[in-house]
Amino acid sequence: MIQGIPIQHFLIVSTLMFFIGVYGFLVRKNLITILMSIELILNAVCINFVVFNKYLFPESLQGYVFTIFVIAIAAAEAAVAIAIIINLYRRYNSINIENINTMKY
Amino acid sequence: MNIIIFYILAAVILIFSVLSVTSRRILRAATYLLFVLIATAGFYFLMEVNFLASVQLMLYAGGITVLIVFSILLTSNIDHKFEKSEIKKNIFSVLLVALGAGVSLSVLLNKTFNVKSNTEPVHVKKFGYALLNYGENGFVLPFEVISLLLLAAMIAAIMIAKKR
Repeated sequence: MIQGIPIQHFLIVSTLMFFIGVYGFLVRKNLITILMSIELILNAVCINFVVFNKYLFPESLQGYVFTIFVIAIAAAEAAVAIAIIINLYRRYNSINIENINTMKY
Repeated sequence: MNIIIFYILAAVILIFSVLSVTSRRILRAATYLLFVLIATAGFYFLMEVNFLASVQLMLYAGGITVLIVFSILLTSNIDHKFEKSEIKKNIFSVLLVALGAGVSLSVLLNKTFNVKSNTEPVHVKKFGYALLNYGENGFVLPFEVISLLLLAAMIAAIMIAKKR
């Protein structure tokens, strides 16, 4: 633990960050901004993993290692999603979710 | 000192994540996201998990943000401003999000956590041994699976984005 900062404060920050990401996911219409909201959500989850590991189980490493895996999966997901977005832009000339109602090959 | 830094970082994270989901210019939204990711790395430094903080800075702040900015430059007009979202949808989403946040905050504020007072920082060496250890508390299987996943994602991205 860190002197003077209770675990709840970290968890409140990460909870609020998670739900701000969910709000962006619901409201936004551009595909790239939706992807950015997903990054916010994943980042909040990473903070939670690290905080629980640091405060509750300081002798083990599970939370830290899984944070690395979450970051790696986020990178892979961003790469594939951006490839799909660029392909859609070539096909429809727009990345607005309302204009894209088919992803048929 | 720690406490002041914590509250500054928390304020930066909350303010810039709100700005990043409400900004109507897309490149500004990406820049605000970059600030949020750097402040998160600050959290990891505060918790003395230096290895994770550097991974966060390199991969998220250095890699993913650059990827997002490049794709913005390829697909959007920078001067373009989004129109405001519909009020009905906005109110509905705010209500939904407030409900979810309220439920999880009430749960975590009513729970007592069994906090251990161990302040020893984690050494990078321990990470390396844990990632390649196939005994108890080892992570060699997920490590290999992740490496396969990254290779597959790389090939998939090239296949999808290439011109036919």
